[in-house]
Amino acid sequence: MNTPNVSANLDVAPQPDEQAKREGFALGLPPRAALLPRSGWIALIAFIIAMGICVPVAALVLPESSTFHLSAYSMTLVGKLMCYAIGALALDLVWGYCGILSLGHALFFALGGYAMGMYLMRSIGREGNYQSDLPDFMVFLDWHKLPWYWQGTEHLWYALLLVILVPGILAWVFGFFTFRSRVKGVYLSIITQAMTFAAMLLFYRNETGFGGNNGFTDFKRIAGFPITSASTRTVLFLMTLGVLILAFIAARAIVTSKLGRVVTGVRDGEARLMFLGYSPLSYKLFIWTVSAVLCGIAGALYVPQVGIINPNEMSPGNSIEMAIWVAVGGRGTLIGPIIGAFAVNGAKSFFTANFPEYWLFFLGLIFTLVPLLLPSGIMGLIDIALRKKKAGGHSH
Amino acid sequence: MTDSILRFARRGLCAILIACMPLAAFAALSADDLAPLAADDFDAKSAAIDKLIANADAPSIAVLSALADGSLVATDAGRVLIQTDDGNKDPLTNKTVEAPDAQPVTLNNLLRSKVSGAVSGLQLASPDIEKRRAAIDELLKNADPSIKPLVDKARAQETDPTLKKRLDTLWATTALHDTDANKRLEAVQLVAARHDLDMNELLRPIVVKNADGTFAEPDARVRAAAQAGIEELDSIQRRGEIVGTIFAGLSLGSVLLLAALGLAITYGLIGVINMAHGEFLMIGAYATYVVQNLVQHYAPGAFNWYPLFAVPVSFAAAALVGIVLERLVLKHLYGRPLETLLTTFGISLILIQATRTIFGAQNVQVTNPSWMSGGVSVMQNLILPYNRLTILGFSLVVVLLAWVVLTKTRLGLFVRAVTQNRRMAACVGVKTARVDSYAFAFGAGIAGLGGCALSQIGNIGPDLGQSYIIDSFMTVVLGGVGQLAGTVIGGFGLGLVSKTTRSVLKACSP
Repeated sequence: MNTPNVSANLDVAPQPDEQAKREGFALGLPPRAALLPRSGWIALIAFIIAMGICVPVAALVLPESSTFHLSAYSMTLVGKLMCYAIGALALDLVWGYCGILSLGHALFFALGGYAMGMYLMRSIGREGNYQSDLPDFMVFLDWHKLPWYWQGTEHLWYALLLVILVPGILAWVFGFFTFRSRVKGVYLSIITQAMTFAAMLLFYRNETGFGGNNGFTDFKRIAGFPITSASTRTVLFLMTLGVLILAFIAARAIVTSKLGRVVTGVRDGEARLMFLGYSPLSYKLFIWTVSAVLCGIAGALYVPQVGIINPNEMSPGNSIEMAIWVAVGGRGTLIGPIIGAFAVNGAKSFFTANFPEYWLFFLGLIFTLVPLLLPSGIMGLIDIALRKKKAGGHSH
Repeated sequence: MTDSILRFARRGLCAILIACMPLAAFAALSADDLAPLAADDFDAKSAAIDKLIANADAPSIAVLSALADGSLVATDAGRVLIQTDDGNKDPLTNKTVEAPDAQPVTLNNLLRSKVSGAVSGLQLASPDIEKRRAAIDELLKNADPSIKPLVDKARAQETDPTLKKRLDTLWATTALHDTDANKRLEAVQLVAARHDLDMNELLRPIVVKNADGTFAEPDARVRAAAQAGIEELDSIQRRGEIVGTIFAGLSLGSVLLLAALGLAITYGLIGVINMAHGEFLMIGAYATYVVQNLVQHYAPGAFNWYPLFAVPVSFAAAALVGIVLERLVLKHLYGRPLETLLTTFGISLILIQATRTIFGAQNVQVTNPSWMSGGVSVMQNLILPYNRLTILGFSLVVVLLAWVVLTKTRLGLFVRAVTQNRRMAACVGVKTARVDSYAFAFGAGIAGLGGCALSQIGNIGPDLGQSYIIDSFMTVVLGGVGQLAGTVIGGFGLGLVSKTTRSVLKACSP
């Protein structure tokens, strides 16, 4: 057998007939898992259609008095959670499938957010407090022209390009040097966190030109539409949902591909993989960069919905929190992190609204208990339940 | 014997000279000279005070001292009197005068400092050498050009060589604006020779260029002398800054060392990156706070020595939390480093929130014992605070302690054995799990000591540990895992690098 063992974390069992069909190939690869089982596709499409109809209706058509009316608050909340879910998905790609625990994904998230924020700041135009062409904070700092890196950010297409390029290039460069030096495990986690911490300190400074402490806020419009109007919000919400689904399908496609198997091999036995003749560097670099870009996109969707971006967003704590979403949902499952992001952040919203002083206790407990008692997260629980049902009571 | 007689004679002569001098040199004070003091015109008052200073006879001195302590009064008719316990006295005649309408003479700030300078200036002529010394010191701090005549006089009379030297400088500070270029040159040279950083502000204006291209100081020799003096002062300043930066680096290094030492032990031994390590610092600091309050409450007399109790208590508190943590949680996660990272982060959140609940979110105040406040001044612009010096010494003691424990005790032997080869150690009968617990508690305790030290130099809040965690990881990684000497070098190295880079960057930035 000259292939690494990859079946351990694929939650969809290979179809037997497919396996038989592929047995004829010379390589003798075990069959690839389908992207999604048929029932999964049907459920997904039904869900998309339902959301595509229900959300606009609930937000725009129904009167505010109706029980089914989707308020701006709840739409923002769910939109925010979906952005977090995209971030968690991105982190699961590297942590769950490649064994790289990044504690710096909040940085990529925030960088995407800042790139978007730059566009949003520029599109305020002269409606700021100082009625200047420059963003307010620059007027406040007595700057007279835009720094070079702000050039062109008045175009949405360029900002979107930045959303992809900035986290992507940073991740590639960082990954190239760390992976080439074979930094891994806990050390890599610490380095990613140090990078995030350094970036946060940099962004906190006024001289950096990103608004210092306050970051960017008071956005007025996006692509010409008023940013706070219900219809703009609905569109952003649906876009986020679309991106989340696309990201999920793309991630699924990556991890079930041959490349994805090698990446999983890196996780399970990097040394063995190298002896088999693979160079893990490019595989790690690819998955790492894709993950960072995905995270950046999540940040870019997050900022117009939440209406603010500041350096706090890239604090080390946020990155670690992202890891806990993945852990709670179940890493290496793709769907788990999405559930985890919703579960943990839902709990956060609930606690901070009702028992603000207990939220950190609760979060700390999740951090402590999930790795101890629930190492494969919510998905692990579901998995166990399903197996039990199938095996008629036999335990996992 | 002859010496002392001679000195006595000289002093006597001096006293006579001082007594005669004013009478011989100046016209006596008249009522007209005093009248402006009673008026409202501050310029006229200033001129009158100048005249009093120039006169410097007994009545003038009396008037000036009265002005200084606010007992000079004036009648509506413009008569100036000195308020005493026996009624108002006329300074010229020294007779008591009935003056029911007398109001205190008012001064503005400028005049007030002028008068106090003048009173010190008058002390220059005092026969008591200690008084003269005090007066010179006072005037060196704040010399007003108006006291120049007094200084001139004192300079001519002073016999004590050390005081004469100081008088020279004092004279120089008053003579910087003399009309005679030679005198100015002499003055500048004298000022520059003091190597006193405070003299910078006297020298700088001399080399300033006016808007029209001319210099404020017309004489090139004076300017050159001033420039040389400024450069000399700059180099003194730089030297002080360099030494200061090095000390700041060492001080930061000692704190990092205390924070990282325990981490190095636990990480080296168990391979656990403990994100809650910073919270052990916090626990140690809060333990110090509690001990401080207890001592203050129950034994206020022993307050100066509360750190003696705080050190063992902070060690014990952090070690206790550490051992509980290890037994309850970390033990189950060995071999899963990434999960341990997350779990310990969660524990740090719990500990922070628990502290917030118990002690409040505000920072708490730990007071230095009196022997730790203040500092030793090693250079003009450099004071080394005692608390930082103490912590530097303390950190070295702790390193020594850790070294002794690790190399001279049975536990240390086991710890090293397990660090090197866990399985082999287990095979020869070392109870590795127990060693893990003890070592973890020891590492946590050292962090507690670090917290106790930190409490003496900074604020204590629930977030205290968070700010040190990344730095202490860097220290451990820089120094090499599981190496005591490495951690020491890492700590001081990181401290020095961080402080020097900071000061270099500060110097480079506009």
